[in-house]
Amino acid sequence: MPKYTFTVNGESVTVDAPADLSLLWVLRDKLGIRGPKYGCGIDVCKACTSHLDGEAVNPCVVPVADAAGRTVTTIEGLADGDTLHPVQQAWIDHDVAQCGYCQPGQIMAAVALLKSNPNPTDADIDAIENVCRCGTYARIRQAIKSAAATM
Amino acid sequence: MARSTKESTGIERRRFLTFLVAAPVLTVAADLSTAKTAAAVVPSPPAVAEIADIGDLGILVGLPTAHMIVIEVTDTVRLRLPRTEVGQGITTAVAMLVAEELDLPIGAVAVTLEDARPELLFNQLTGSSNSVRSLYDPIRHVAAAARGRLLAAASTLWDLPTRKLHTRDGAVVAPDGRRATYGTLTAAAADRTLRTGAAQPKPESEHTLVGTPTTRVDARAIVTGQVRYALDLDVPGALPTMVRRPPTINGSVRSVDNRAAVLAMPGVVAVSVIPTGVGVTAETFGQALDGKNALEVTWNRGTVDDLSDSDISAKLRNAAPRFPAPNPLVQTVDADFEFAFVSHAPLETNSAIADVRADRAEIWSGLKAPIIARQTIAAALGLPVDRVTVHVTQAGGSFGRRLFFDGALEAAQISRAIGRPVKLMWSRIDDMRHGRARPASHHKIRATMALGQVLSFEHRVASVETDFRHGIGEILSAAVTHLPIIGNLAFSQALFLTTIHTPYHFGATKHQLSEVPLKMHTASFRSVYSANTRGAEEIMVDLIAEKMGKDPVAFRHEFLKNDRQRAVLDAVASAGNWGRPMPDGHAQGIGIHDEYKSCTACLVEIDARDRAEPRVTKAVIAVDVGKPVNPRGLEAQMLGGLTDAISTTLRAGLHIDKGLPLEGSYSQFHYARQKNTPTDVKIVVMPAHGKPGGAGELGLPAAVGAIANAYRRATGTTPTLFPIHFPVDFEPFPR
Ligand code: FES
Ligand code: FES
Repeated sequence: MPKYTFTVNGESVTVDAPADLSLLWVLRDKLGIRGPKYGCGIDVCKACTSHLDGEAVNPCVVPVADAAGRTVTTIEGLADGDTLHPVQQAWIDHDVAQCGYCQPGQIMAAVALLKSNPNPTDADIDAIENVCRCGTYARIRQAIKSAAATM
Repeated sequence: MARSTKESTGIERRRFLTFLVAAPVLTVAADLSTAKTAAAVVPSPPAVAEIADIGDLGILVGLPTAHMIVIEVTDTVRLRLPRTEVGQGITTAVAMLVAEELDLPIGAVAVTLEDARPELLFNQLTGSSNSVRSLYDPIRHVAAAARGRLLAAASTLWDLPTRKLHTRDGAVVAPDGRRATYGTLTAAAADRTLRTGAAQPKPESEHTLVGTPTTRVDARAIVTGQVRYALDLDVPGALPTMVRRPPTINGSVRSVDNRAAVLAMPGVVAVSVIPTGVGVTAETFGQALDGKNALEVTWNRGTVDDLSDSDISAKLRNAAPRFPAPNPLVQTVDADFEFAFVSHAPLETNSAIADVRADRAEIWSGLKAPIIARQTIAAALGLPVDRVTVHVTQAGGSFGRRLFFDGALEAAQISRAIGRPVKLMWSRIDDMRHGRARPASHHKIRATMALGQVLSFEHRVASVETDFRHGIGEILSAAVTHLPIIGNLAFSQALFLTTIHTPYHFGATKHQLSEVPLKMHTASFRSVYSANTRGAEEIMVDLIAEKMGKDPVAFRHEFLKNDRQRAVLDAVASAGNWGRPMPDGHAQGIGIHDEYKSCTACLVEIDARDRAEPRVTKAVIAVDVGKPVNPRGLEAQMLGGLTDAISTTLRAGLHIDKGLPLEGSYSQFHYARQKNTPTDVKIVVMPAHGKPGGAGELGLPAAVGAIANAYRRATGTTPTLFPIHFPVDFEPFPR
């Protein structure tokens, strides 16, 4: 089986995997990184949202071969040690989560949005497609706005 | 039966409940309203639901074991909770109760989920919005007893009377400033010979934490990705497993035609046949999924292969008896409504880990009814129940779904078949197509009016049968059937009558449920019968008001049964600026719901200029749950109910086509996304009074009514089929 080397949350890793195995299962099943969640496997629910070279991607549809030599950040790698990312802090301040299952993906999507657009409008926030089946959308919106204000 | 006008909010819930068992005639006191019956309104006698609702019944049956909650006190307090956390915030509410009673920072309270304990009987079932309601007293008493013993231990240590001591910040404090932390006292406090006085929970007036908005205890774990759902656990050797399922509901395997080829695929470790399909076990889920997709299986027919939506609709229409010709001497409003199947679709698909050995089994899963899961799995494996351990994990949503344990059972069957531990995950497609769903229903409602009064209100519901074989049935047969008013009605009818009541004085009020038994995978969905039944009634209320030439809010104000209901109505009408002018294609709508000893009103504004994509732009909700333990968590529950209502009223449902739902992912089942939800949501929590009522399921029905009413007022079209916009706007996945 081919080997792929890439960086995950600041650490270099090498995995043996078929080229077309999706990055989600490489992270979860081979590397034990369980923050990114499965919700659909076909780039619809966005529960797995993580960053590849700083951009939001959905690892359920990224073949591991595409990650080779690149930098992957999952929810586990977002905080700086014990210091939370301002978006994580805003999520706590607004008590956004219910079951929490979608929230790693929501947070990673919000971080990517704020990176490219530090002052998102309601319409910009509307463009986030991540499903929250618990229906926490209103709190997500508030948290993004207050994170934008503090960043 | 006479309607009680007695003020009953001060009645102690437990006294009331005992009294309800011992002397049902006095059950009139269950109506928590404080209102005097308005003389001008034709009074309706209390419906069954006003006497004892489903949450009460769970509490009734649960009482004998309710005090078996275990708390361990050191410098921190550990409480093993016989419930599951599915996002509803029960762990936070319980931690607040313990922290309050023991004068501890909430961070010092650790709540873990209890393994299945058969001795807890019905008290380990998470449902019916009864967790806070049933745990509020027991947890306070248990924690107060612990506090009493800690005080007594310090009293012995310092030779000071307990009345001179108090507790603060996790320690007993003496008047001279000496402190002994709970950790240093715990051994002495555990001494059986220690003499303690009777420990009473703090008076609620002294609460400083309970009743204040509190952030979830697991908020940090969630935002850092540290929460461990079932499949995030590391169980040594447990291999990813998925199941190939039949092309129609309840189909079964006749033969696996390419087993060797699939076993030869990269990463595939085992192929196994179980009653519900063919399991593929592999090194990663990606490979298990490839193996599952590559399987060639010959299937036996399922249980509803010939059935499609049109057939189901026809069956339901016929099952709800038609009303006779209207009486020409009174005004009549008739309306019919129909609701499609709805997938529970929790974001974490059905999943479980199982490690089955020759003489024992261990299971991990997010289960709301773990005891019956344990018993059923033991029976399926041929093991004694005490050889099966069932660990309850936090779950990624439920909405009723996780009352069933089919994933845990399949995991056990596959682990047994292949002789190794497995991690089982359902694909999203399977979760929507072969998972559970809220049954479709048909509603015929008639109201008659004369001389400015509503004389009668009758609601005939026909619903595909809801499957209750997860334990709520036992609760009801144990408790409800002893209530003489219900007598020998079939179980689901008892549940229906127990949960549904119309909060208006509409004269002779009658509800009737006819169930159509179809062998499909149904389950109670948040609000069970109320979302559709009461949602439809709130549309009907607007139709009646219109016929009588009255404003929807003014009409409700006049006909609601009590002041609590009127207070939430007034709160949303004023905070939501009811009646403000709206541009064309926009409108406001309102709905009310009263259940679980709680009530709520919802006012929404809708933009329905594009009928295919109407958007609720604003929502104002007022909620009265008696005493809110955590107002912040309560608001979250109401927000969830609102989003469920937006989804199921406007766009989210399942089409059944030849024995299978067509929808297979969120791109097809249109649960709301950010762009479908209001940018402006305001939730008013009414001031605390009395005991906690239920909250988890309360939010949905009022919001369904409000959204449908707003849509009607914006478009001039009365919606009768739900969801309102429901085309098959996708290419279904292959079966
Ligand atoms: S699991 Fe990746 S988008 Fe749904
Ligand atoms: S918090 Fe449960 S899915 Fe978003």
